[in-house]
Amino acid sequence: MARIAGIDLPKNKRGIIGLTYIYGIGRSKAQTILESSGIDVNKKVNDWDDDDLSKIRGFITENLKTEGELRSETQLNIKRLMDIGCYRGLRHRKGLPVRGQRTSTNARTRKGKRKTVAGKKKVTK
Amino acid sequence: MARSIKKGPYVDHKLSRKVDVMNDNNKKSVIKTWSRRSMIIPDMVGHTFAVHNGNKFIPVYVTENMVGHKLGEFAPTRTFKGHSK
Repeated sequence: MARIAGIDLPKNKRGIIGLTYIYGIGRSKAQTILESSGIDVNKKVNDWDDDDLSKIRGFITENLKTEGELRSETQLNIKRLMDIGCYRGLRHRKGLPVRGQRTSTNARTRKGKRKTVAGKKKVTK
Repeated sequence: MARSIKKGPYVDHKLSRKVDVMNDNNKKSVIKTWSRRSMIIPDMVGHTFAVHNGNKFIPVYVTENMVGHKLGEFAPTRTFKGHSK
């Protein structure tokens, strides 16, 4: 079983796909990792030997931010926005869309489940 | 789309002149400005700006973290306080 950056990779997937199970690594980064460590992208995860694994681990720890480190960096960036009190920070505080989207309707990803207000009149024709 | 790096940050001429004069004389006083579109550059750190929000002037004390943002980002133009219960 391959274990990289504290994540168990799926055994029977191609290397380029398996690596994307790590937070912070997508298809294109997975490709650069495998290419620069000289491993075929089509090689399955459980066909990697210890040498391959150590090369991949080495590349990731040297060049990339993954998992907890990356998450905390993102959190810090958001916290910075909130602390300086700029518009984007205010939107983060209120849990509303940050990049100027409409909020009259939609925006459910940021606002969460609909909170129905009792006694609100329906618009009639 | 982001502004071209070649041009450098945009700051209103009037505003940057005022900041320069203040820095030369080592003075600190509130600068009233309508120029919400001006970017905050490192020269402005430590000054206080009164940024117009369309209605009145909001005092904004510029810290180092704010460099690279625009002045208008710190003076909200809308006053939504939530729906009445």
